[in-house]
Amino acid sequence: MIKKLLSSIRQYKKDSILTPVYVTFEAIMEITIPTLMAYLIDYGISKKNMSYVFEIGLALILCAVISLIAGVLAGRSGAIASAGFARNLRHDIYYHVQSFSFANIDKFSTASIVTRLTTDITNVQNAYLMVIRAAIRSPIIMIFALIMAFHIDAKISTIFLVIIPVLGFGLWFIATFVHPIFKRVFKTYDKLNSIVQENLHGIRVVKSFTREDFEEKKFGDISQRIFKDFSWAEKILAFNMPLMQFCVYTAMILISWFSAKEIVAGNNNPAFGLSTGQLASLITYTMQILMSLMMLSMVFVMIIISRASVERIVEILDEESDLKNCQNPVYDVKNGSIIFENVSFAYARKAEKLVLDHINISIAAGETVGILGGTGSAKSSLVQLIPRLYDAISGRVTVGDVDVRNYDLETLRNQVAMVLQKNVLFSGTIKDNLRWGNEEAGDEDLVRVCKLAQADDFIREFPDQYDTYIEQGGTNVSGGQKQRLCIARALLKKPRILILDDSTSAIDTKTDALIRRAFKEEIPDTTKIIIAQRIASVQDADKIIVLDDGKVNAIGTHDELLKICEIYKEIDQSQNKGASIHA
Amino acid sequence: MHKAKKTQTGGNPDPSGFPVGKPVSKSAFKRFKPGTIKRLLSYMTEYRVQLIWVVVCIILSAAANAASALFLRLLVDKYIMPLLGKAHPDFSGLLRTILFMGCIYSVGVLATFFYNRAMVVIAQGTLKNIRDKMFAHMQTLPIRYFDTHSHGDVMSYYTNDADTLRQMISMSLPQMFASVVTVVAVFFAMLYLSVGLAAFVVLFTFALLKTIRFIVGKSSVFFMKQQDSLGEVDGYIEEMIHGQKVIKVFCHEEKAKAAFDQKNDELCFSSTQANKYGNITMPVVNNMGYMLYVLLAVIGGAAGIAGIKNLSLTGINVLTIGTIVSFLTLSRSFIMPIGQVSMQLNLVVMALAGASRIFDFLDEQAEKDNGYVTLVNVQEENGQIRECAEHTGTWAWKHPHGDGSLTYTKMEGKIVFDDVDFGYEENKTVLHNITLYAEPGQKVALVGATGAGKTTITNLVNRFYDIADGKVRYDDININKISKPDLRRSLGIVLQDVNLFTGTVMDNIRYGKLEATDEECITAAKMANADGFIRMLPDGYNTVLEGDGSGLSQGQRQLISIARAAVADPPVMILDEATSSIDTRTEAIVQKGMDALMKGRTVFVIAHRLSTIQNADVIMVLEHGRIIERGSHKQLIEKQGKYYQLYTGAFELE
Repeated sequence: MIKKLLSSIRQYKKDSILTPVYVTFEAIMEITIPTLMAYLIDYGISKKNMSYVFEIGLALILCAVISLIAGVLAGRSGAIASAGFARNLRHDIYYHVQSFSFANIDKFSTASIVTRLTTDITNVQNAYLMVIRAAIRSPIIMIFALIMAFHIDAKISTIFLVIIPVLGFGLWFIATFVHPIFKRVFKTYDKLNSIVQENLHGIRVVKSFTREDFEEKKFGDISQRIFKDFSWAEKILAFNMPLMQFCVYTAMILISWFSAKEIVAGNNNPAFGLSTGQLASLITYTMQILMSLMMLSMVFVMIIISRASVERIVEILDEESDLKNCQNPVYDVKNGSIIFENVSFAYARKAEKLVLDHINISIAAGETVGILGGTGSAKSSLVQLIPRLYDAISGRVTVGDVDVRNYDLETLRNQVAMVLQKNVLFSGTIKDNLRWGNEEAGDEDLVRVCKLAQADDFIREFPDQYDTYIEQGGTNVSGGQKQRLCIARALLKKPRILILDDSTSAIDTKTDALIRRAFKEEIPDTTKIIIAQRIASVQDADKIIVLDDGKVNAIGTHDELLKICEIYKEIDQSQNKGASIHA
Repeated sequence: MHKAKKTQTGGNPDPSGFPVGKPVSKSAFKRFKPGTIKRLLSYMTEYRVQLIWVVVCIILSAAANAASALFLRLLVDKYIMPLLGKAHPDFSGLLRTILFMGCIYSVGVLATFFYNRAMVVIAQGTLKNIRDKMFAHMQTLPIRYFDTHSHGDVMSYYTNDADTLRQMISMSLPQMFASVVTVVAVFFAMLYLSVGLAAFVVLFTFALLKTIRFIVGKSSVFFMKQQDSLGEVDGYIEEMIHGQKVIKVFCHEEKAKAAFDQKNDELCFSSTQANKYGNITMPVVNNMGYMLYVLLAVIGGAAGIAGIKNLSLTGINVLTIGTIVSFLTLSRSFIMPIGQVSMQLNLVVMALAGASRIFDFLDEQAEKDNGYVTLVNVQEENGQIRECAEHTGTWAWKHPHGDGSLTYTKMEGKIVFDDVDFGYEENKTVLHNITLYAEPGQKVALVGATGAGKTTITNLVNRFYDIADGKVRYDDININKISKPDLRRSLGIVLQDVNLFTGTVMDNIRYGKLEATDEECITAAKMANADGFIRMLPDGYNTVLEGDGSGLSQGQRQLISIARAAVADPPVMILDEATSSIDTRTEAIVQKGMDALMKGRTVFVIAHRLSTIQNADVIMVLEHGRIIERGSHKQLIEKQGKYYQLYTGAFELE
């Protein structure tokens, strides 16, 4: 798991390795300095030897300068490494998600993908920075400090052999106790975020049903849970500081007692026993040992907390995309003919009920085909198989006489333009949004397709016309206007196959008719598949397919179906009931 | 509709690969306002008592810390030096002192324990208060706010900003306070030992502080920039991932990747710079501390050797070895806390900026509601209307008047628009001279080209937006006089954007009426023709819907939305393209049920389908915000005007 993560370090390897190197230098200086300080006191001040004081003083300053430079360099390279690591992680995940199929995206849910790309990566970045700095420095300091302490006075330093394990064990115990609680807290945070998000999107529903209090209570419950769990976890963590202080003070007391005895016994002569200067540095080393142990425990806690984030990130990186290009993809779509050969499909691999059940359809290039059916009869599912947004479970779908799975994905999708049922426009100008269909399209092309889609008129009424800015989600254009822009966007591709999935539901009949006429006249060679609710929308199609419960109920022209298809007759009646306009 | 301001990002990469010259939005540099800290403290008032205890404990803990440095000097001067050379040294004094120190240390440890635990509760509790307040306030904001602000932005208040705030309260503040206390205590200890040396330390500290200020100044600029970049990347990711399917369909992946890379690189740049400066504070402080040590040793040593008189708080005496050693140790205890404070400064600056944003959000104006007419249950007796507490089927408007009297008007569902003008923005009028009537029990249809103003009218009826001029009357009461919650309770609205919540199907239907029984919900589902497909779901009515009902087709979601409104059993209904994703056969069945339900109630319908609006009592045709035709279906067809054009387009073109 870690290996997968570390593969994102790449160009920041150099800085990641340099940092611990600099830190090592820094650490070595930090250890030498107390010893020098001790000499300063013992051989300088105690002996009233000022020249010695100056000498050692200079050495000390030199060490401090080296330590400073090393520290600054370490800080610099540490920053570059950790920020760069996060950048690469974000890049890798985002690119990987781009290769996902719809099925992969459904598996993770968009909200969770967003969290993984943001919060989780920040956690990992912080943990990484801590690791490359403290995880190297603390053990080095601790070990060296221990060595020096033993060098000064082995007997007294044995107390460390007791205190360090005690402190270490205590910190480790606290950390492992706290881990599962933090895991729970993050999950609850997810829930909190989703409540906030739903209220932001659905505020109209909340207000219409005056459910403000209800939602507040929902939020309050989760907020309370977070309060309780997080408090509990942090209260346990709060044992860290006192435990550390306890160990430090105990060490101080024991050292003071024993070293007092030794200094007196040795007559304050460093050659024979302990001296006051050595006492001072012994105390300094004590602080260093215990502080580094403390730092290590903090690093440990950070790693544990970010472990959940690491798991979530690796989960996405490990996900294999469902839809892959085959070995030798075909790069040319001959024509827009479509054939469904005994196709069956379900969203879940092992679903009990098939969404599409042994479908057999044949569509010639350039035909206009209408698809009708009850709500949930799998119309959208059927057409999504054509550009391989999903793959069939059995049977095969061919376009231009080639199995869709044998095409290069990008080529296929460029030739099959689809206007989805849920229309999404992105923040940017109208021109920007249209150009999604074709980057290189010139302005005349844009106007052409907008005229086809009957969008040009209303665009020209905006003060900024084609440069009008569209807000996120397209909230400043009406539903019907959005649909027409999406149709124009698809037309820009100049595709061989155009699929409209209920894309005119918010458009009035007259405009709908104008669009269809424009299609007939301007793009006759494009195969047009129209899923609609209105018979009027598909009436003059070359053939109409009626779906019922995932199966093909009937295929034929409008007149044929009126004669032979019950369902079609019913639909027709329900729509034209009472309207004797034919007269 | 209206436009929200959005900062555009540019950024030309410079040769080193880092984007440069990006116009930074104002918000990045908005320093926190002076009142922020005060306001933050006001959220902690319920913890006043604990805070006092915390302060006491911090002082105790810091005192114990400082005492240990003093102890060293005591140890050397009183219990080691005098005993040197003695044949039988008497350590009993030392033992007593050590035990005494043990007591002080114990108090220190306990104090540390207590204040750490107390701070946890204070920090989490304060945060919970702020969180809850934010959410409650959010519910009161007008629709306009939600239409003009990015959702990702608002969500980051609850996450990023709240989190840095929590860290600041629980970690930075107590640490900073403890450090300050320690510094003060140590300083007094230093004064106690030697005023002269203490003065030198003060001078040195000034130089140190200046250096720190310079570094922190640089780093905090970048930390704020980092937060800004983080927000941008977050916003971009959220929008793109939500539209991932469209990206796939249009093979837009490469472009999306390129745009992402640019923002990602900007974030990397700010983050790197911020941390570069942030990371060097500690080394700088540490090593300047060592230099201070050396200087003190030199000065102290020289002074001690030269026998210069030492002024201290205990009088004038000679600088002893013990004093110098103690002083040196104290100097370490003096510098370290300063270093810790400077490390926390960046976090504090970021947290306060976040708090500023949160408070700005809390300051957003709530929906204005000056209504005082409420909706109550009534019973009719002998022509007299009497208010009652229990749930009857009859409703009335309770209208208190200026002179203290009360009138009850039976709720019937009569709606009148009297020459209404309206615009979402100041000078852009969307509706002109709208006059329409809906008698109780009528079905009124609004048709017209997209953008003609149909949804806008419904926005006005339930006061999602308020009108500028003209009058809207509900049962002859000015709508502005009716309190918003009561007004909305009397209206049932089914919107085109469905919005389901995470929960079971039953929960979602029950959203319409929280006290509804299961049977009532199922009846509503049957009426909406949703019962059939719900029973086919894996857990039937107990199937959990997530992600706005992503497992259902658009039509199925709409059916649930209709069932939800049906369960609410409202007197007036507004259906805005409520059945646009449902096939006409299903719609006809749903319609039958709804017609039965709507008997005697007023219904506004917006739709494009002839079949939906055909049987309306009145059809109004809107164009460019004006009503141009009015009448029944038959009348309008005979007129052969705009309506005729809209609905017979197919035939006209043949």
